[in-house]
Amino acid sequence: MTTIALPSYEDATSRYETVIGLETHVELGTQTKMFCGCKTDFGAEPNTQVCPVCLALPGALPAMNGAAIEATIRIGLALNCDIAEWCRMARKNYFYPDMPKNFQTSQYDEPLCVDGHVDVVVDGKEYRIGIERVHIEEDTGKTLHVGGATGRIHGATESLVDYNRAGIPLVEIVTKPVPGLGELAPEVAKAYVAELRDIIRSLGVSDVRMEQGSLRCDVNTSLNKPGEEWGTRTETKNVNSLRSVERAVRSEVIRQAGVLDGGGKITQETRHFHEDRGDTSPGRSKETATDYRYFPEPDLVPIAPDPAWVAQLKSELPEKPSTKRARLREEWGISELDMQSVANAGAVELIEETIAAGASPAGARKWWMGELARRANELGIELSAAGATPAQVAALQKLVDEGKLNDKLARTVLEGVVAGEGDPAEVMAARGLEVVNDTGALTAAVDEAIAANPDIADKIRDGKVAAAGALVGAVMKTTRGQADAKTVRELILARLGVS
Amino acid sequence: MSDLTRLSAADLASRIASREVSAVEVATAHLDRIDAVDERVHAFLHVDREGALAAAAAVDRGEITGPLAGVPIAVKDVVTTKGLPTTAASKILEGWTPPYDATIVERLKAAGMPILGKTNMDEFAMGSSTEYSAYGPTNNPWDLGRIPGGSGGGSAAALAAYEAPLAIGTDTGGSIRQPGAVTGTVGAKPTYGGTSRYGLIAFSSSLDTPGPCGRTVEDTALLHAVIAGHDPRDSTSIPQPVPDVVAAARRGATGDLTGVKLGLVKEFAGDGSEPGVLAAFRESLEALVKLGAEVVEVSCPHFQYALPAYYLIAPSECSSNLARFDGVRYGLRSGDDGSRSLEEVMSLTRDEGFGPEVKRRIILGTYALSSGYYDAYYGQAQKVRTLITRDFQAAFEQVDVLVSPTTPFVAFPFGSRTSDPYQMYLADLFTIPTNLYGGPAISVPCGLSEGLPVGFQIMAPTLADDRMYRVAAALESAVGTFTPPAL
Ligand SMILES: [Zn+2]
Repeated sequence: MTTIALPSYEDATSRYETVIGLETHVELGTQTKMFCGCKTDFGAEPNTQVCPVCLALPGALPAMNGAAIEATIRIGLALNCDIAEWCRMARKNYFYPDMPKNFQTSQYDEPLCVDGHVDVVVDGKEYRIGIERVHIEEDTGKTLHVGGATGRIHGATESLVDYNRAGIPLVEIVTKPVPGLGELAPEVAKAYVAELRDIIRSLGVSDVRMEQGSLRCDVNTSLNKPGEEWGTRTETKNVNSLRSVERAVRSEVIRQAGVLDGGGKITQETRHFHEDRGDTSPGRSKETATDYRYFPEPDLVPIAPDPAWVAQLKSELPEKPSTKRARLREEWGISELDMQSVANAGAVELIEETIAAGASPAGARKWWMGELARRANELGIELSAAGATPAQVAALQKLVDEGKLNDKLARTVLEGVVAGEGDPAEVMAARGLEVVNDTGALTAAVDEAIAANPDIADKIRDGKVAAAGALVGAVMKTTRGQADAKTVRELILARLGVS
Repeated sequence: MSDLTRLSAADLASRIASREVSAVEVATAHLDRIDAVDERVHAFLHVDREGALAAAAAVDRGEITGPLAGVPIAVKDVVTTKGLPTTAASKILEGWTPPYDATIVERLKAAGMPILGKTNMDEFAMGSSTEYSAYGPTNNPWDLGRIPGGSGGGSAAALAAYEAPLAIGTDTGGSIRQPGAVTGTVGAKPTYGGTSRYGLIAFSSSLDTPGPCGRTVEDTALLHAVIAGHDPRDSTSIPQPVPDVVAAARRGATGDLTGVKLGLVKEFAGDGSEPGVLAAFRESLEALVKLGAEVVEVSCPHFQYALPAYYLIAPSECSSNLARFDGVRYGLRSGDDGSRSLEEVMSLTRDEGFGPEVKRRIILGTYALSSGYYDAYYGQAQKVRTLITRDFQAAFEQVDVLVSPTTPFVAFPFGSRTSDPYQMYLADLFTIPTNLYGGPAISVPCGLSEGLPVGFQIMAPTLADDRMYRVAAALESAVGTFTPPAL
């Protein structure tokens, strides 16, 4: 085996053009599965959310979940697609044990939504990503291989299958090939997935959480020399975060450039992205058959959405996330970059609701993008699951604005809120965290501090006002931080006759 | 008391309702008859004495009433029955007991009909003789050396042998009607979507239709009314009321067909039918004319392509439908000794579990759906299907129903057609067009040829199931019913 010298990314993109394409799977958040009444809760005990239909027992038949069709149409409309007036489901035939019927009910040449687009902004420039199709299909179960060293099927002594996920509705969103992005291809790919996530989240049809697999992304990449035909593409799977989307494209561009530089050919294949190493390796093909023998699903009648209904769904679409962001950026008076990080943190709606509950934009943003975002990051959870509600955050900020909490105390109160101890006022009372505003008690503490530090007091009397900080510290210590530092400072200066 | 097993279902129902006999007595009489003759007939794969008697007792306690309450029934083994083995006559499902009832079985139970057991058939309903059952063939009560038709030979033979007064069949290309014809019983294929497929182990989803089997037209109509009607669990089930087939049968039984136009399909004339079959058919046609019917010759030019189209569509769908039988979740599992890969275990299971005709069709269908062949085979067959549908629609603009012999030949001796699949497939020559179109059709006994029964087929437009019952009952009133020699 020869080792190929890899070029730098900049070098690669200076000599090759890239074409990318993305296939995204979104697990819909319907109450029940696509063809049966089984629940779709994440994380349930294996094989507890199953029935004859999703286990494909002999004789069982699918019955279409109308909510899944509606959600798919809404996604299609939000991506500016045309909605088919008549289309059919199709069977994709291949054998695999996590697929109970040994065919997947999907769509083939008659997708529900076609020909749309998504606009994304990278470095201030807008890029239009064409949407080839949006179709609906069912998810498979999950196979666990036990006894092998790698957890993969090879070498395993037993295979366990959990069919809870089998039959959960999935929407597949396929872009048209996107050429001409130059070195920005990785960033545009990432921005597209982020935008897609925000659009779908705004529709309320999926929680689109990459880490839980409710949004999964495959990235197609190919390189060609300028002026030549598009190259052979590879499909990179297991891309499980926004950052990975970017890294996967980048690493694949570098790898393919290396192969082409060495006179090699790109093999059309599925590759596996490694989060830890940041590169890809050839994937073991999941299916043994390459011919899926698609044919129209005879167990389901065609889907023929009433155009009037589709028009109604279109008129009821929520404000586009990009429009909304522009509006809120204006209202909140923040920079585009700040807005971008708010969006990336999934904080737009949370901050919006916090403001609606009475907080100032700056106050609301401070908590969500500060303490709470940090916590969500550390725990690898969504910001909305970080433990505080917009109403609680607004109440916390109000206590600060009223002078009942200082910044440090407020953070402690938030810890209590997150720990489930109650609303901010309750936590403040229960933990005795209110700022000490009783001037009598404070004056005593100040006098005590002056008496204990005569040297410092003299310095202050001599006009070295900056030395007051040490006395403030002492007072804060005796009041266990519950005093307002500014008040303490003013009191010290007054007692020493400096102010 | 007269032999309860010789009575019609309608008669039994009224005697049970009036408490002249108990449902338990009726069930017992049939279970005893099964004990006495089924060793020779082999109509049943499983008999559920306990379950049948318990269901009958519930009727006797007055818990369930209705037009067929207490009338026992035999169910083809391709329909799931909760707690009762269901094998589709295949080794691959040996010992499998479904945890759920098919919709039509739920309806039988709700109607108070005790289920006697599960009847034999060609494996996965693929065949015309029951010779492809993994558990041995069923013998025709008219001549135990001959086939009872297929795939639903067990259900038809159970009726002809007086083991059951009613039975459930399924019809994909003639599997209710052809067995009915060769056993001298009545078999109806309802409009596709008129009866729920939920719980029917799929052979060819776009063609499979469960339906009623009986010894009289009225009995068959009564059963039709019990099992038919919309089912939200079957997407292809039609959300419309079922035509009043019982009233139509009773109207037909008065023997008046004035103004009814019967269409004689020109393309079927003399097409490979045995002379005795043609003779019985023609005599019946004359009988219908005497009742006031008018005979009109119609042309259905695409019927000649029905057989090849069927043998592309049905195997294609079956190749996909039967993929689930892989040994992973239920049924047979072969070669799982720890040394073999999952793929090898799946492959060995299917190799051992499926019989020759099932394998033949899976391979045929897999080939027909393969990329590069799809358009030429599956795609082309679908076009033929559309043309056949148009033939039917055009014909029904001229006539009320179409008529033909049900099958070109009477019950044939075992082994006479197994060596050449095409000779076996010809048994369904006249029944297949209806399945491709989706309309209803019924086979009713119309005479004998060399001592063996001949069936008369009546085909009606979709959702006009009542029409065929009217003509069938009229024919029955003219030619009578046919009783096989004592077993
Ligand atoms: Zn289910």
